[in-house]
Amino acid sequence: MTSPSLEDVLRTAAPQVLGAVVRRYGDFDTSEDAVQEALLAAAQQWPVEGVPDNPRAWLIRVASRRRIELLRNEEARRRREALPPDPIPSVRGDDELTLLLLCCHPALPPVSQVALTLRAVGGLTTAEIARALLVPESTVGQRISRAKKKIRGTGFVMPSPSELPDRLIAVRQVLYLIFNEGYTASSGSSLHRVELSTEAIRLTRQLHGLLPGDGEVAGLLALMLLTDARRPARTRADGALVPLAAQDRSLWNRAAVDEGVEIITAALRDTALGPFQLQAAIAAVHDEAAHAADTDWAQILELYRLLNAVAPGPMVTLNRVVALSEVDGPWVGLRALEQAAGDPALANHHRVAAVRAHLLERAGDLAAARDEYLRAARLTLSLPERRYLESRAARLR
Amino acid sequence: MKYLILIQSNERSLAIWDKMTEDEQMAFGQGHLRLSAEMGEAGVLVASEGLADPSLARFVSVRDGDTVVSDGPYAEVKEHLAGFYLIDVAGAKEAHEWAAKVPDAATIGVEVRPVLDMSGWEF
Repeated sequence: MTSPSLEDVLRTAAPQVLGAVVRRYGDFDTSEDAVQEALLAAAQQWPVEGVPDNPRAWLIRVASRRRIELLRNEEARRRREALPPDPIPSVRGDDELTLLLLCCHPALPPVSQVALTLRAVGGLTTAEIARALLVPESTVGQRISRAKKKIRGTGFVMPSPSELPDRLIAVRQVLYLIFNEGYTASSGSSLHRVELSTEAIRLTRQLHGLLPGDGEVAGLLALMLLTDARRPARTRADGALVPLAAQDRSLWNRAAVDEGVEIITAALRDTALGPFQLQAAIAAVHDEAAHAADTDWAQILELYRLLNAVAPGPMVTLNRVVALSEVDGPWVGLRALEQAAGDPALANHHRVAAVRAHLLERAGDLAAARDEYLRAARLTLSLPERRYLESRAARLR
Repeated sequence: MKYLILIQSNERSLAIWDKMTEDEQMAFGQGHLRLSAEMGEAGVLVASEGLADPSLARFVSVRDGDTVVSDGPYAEVKEHLAGFYLIDVAGAKEAHEWAAKVPDAATIGVEVRPVLDMSGWEF
């Protein structure tokens, strides 16, 4: 067992300390300033004086003192009530959860929820978030300060039991967004973005620890682990995309696969079923096949049928068509695809063209497949995907 | 999702510009400055710039390893890029809402193009 680095200790403690200070004094903004200063003091003093026995209590004490000073400065203008006595440090597990729920407040647009969560709960600096999201630091700064203004005056309390389920949906969605933002990065400035998926997994793991009975949080964590496990095989050295069927599975991260399988298996057995669990189950079926040819497509098709019943959507429809054609052949798939393409959400969608091209190629109509690959390449917004689709078309010339 | 809002200058827009009073032209320019500030405050602005006159454009090419800089073959071009806004928003709908606020949207219109990203996908 190596001891965690100072940075790890501070990062883990930051949201707990912020939660404790906000709960006691309110005012997210001032509390955050105070916590930042306490973290700074720790980073300077601990390497010299040693890490205190209870680092978190130390940080809460220093941040509280600083928070009181900041409060006094405000009070000096207003001369109001006496200060609360120097608080006894305590952290309740639900402080972190409350903080996460506050960052995903329904009054905030998703981009702001993401920025605020990374800042307050993840402890990333504005510069780090900006690098990861590929936007200027000033843009991230504005998103965060606007978000703080919007939730000012919102009490630091757990949402009521009737509100909680909806808020948790938002929290899961934000964590999923953060994960995807990092996972889909594939080159260039990708290093900073890859950290986002690691961060999303870390935060989701924490949430799973706080809410072990929430099957959808478990499903989300499993989905992230099972997806992230494929990262080493997803791109070639030149940045080109490798689709699932062509990936070298020996490169997958086995430890992450095993952990993901274990979590989703337990969640499916012990909790109420939900869309994240079904997606994780599908990812698990893929990851359990030693070779693409060994994939249990019948089981995947069944899982997509369930997913379609629980959370229908254009992408579920399309993926179900792919699974169906793996089970019953390309012609059956093509017929199902024409039905699916009637959905306005899928009209002119590049994924429809990509799937159609793939099925036409398997059915042996190479000229039509080539045209569809090129059409899909024109319609996609993803550069690696465009390169991949163009290369598929070129092979059929 | 990043979107680029493109503002063109062409004979039609120049004719409209020439018909404007000085105050109207001033207001038009201020409208751009105000919009940039508004985008900045909303946390969606990545960059926005107006481009200098096309007569200042230079054509750069590399032949046999030598870089050649020349006046472009653009003298005859009737339309050129006059400026742009690069924004980062949730999706197309929001990008179109911002584009509608560009002063040129009320004269000749503006073009909105999604930016390719580096995301991948898996079957």
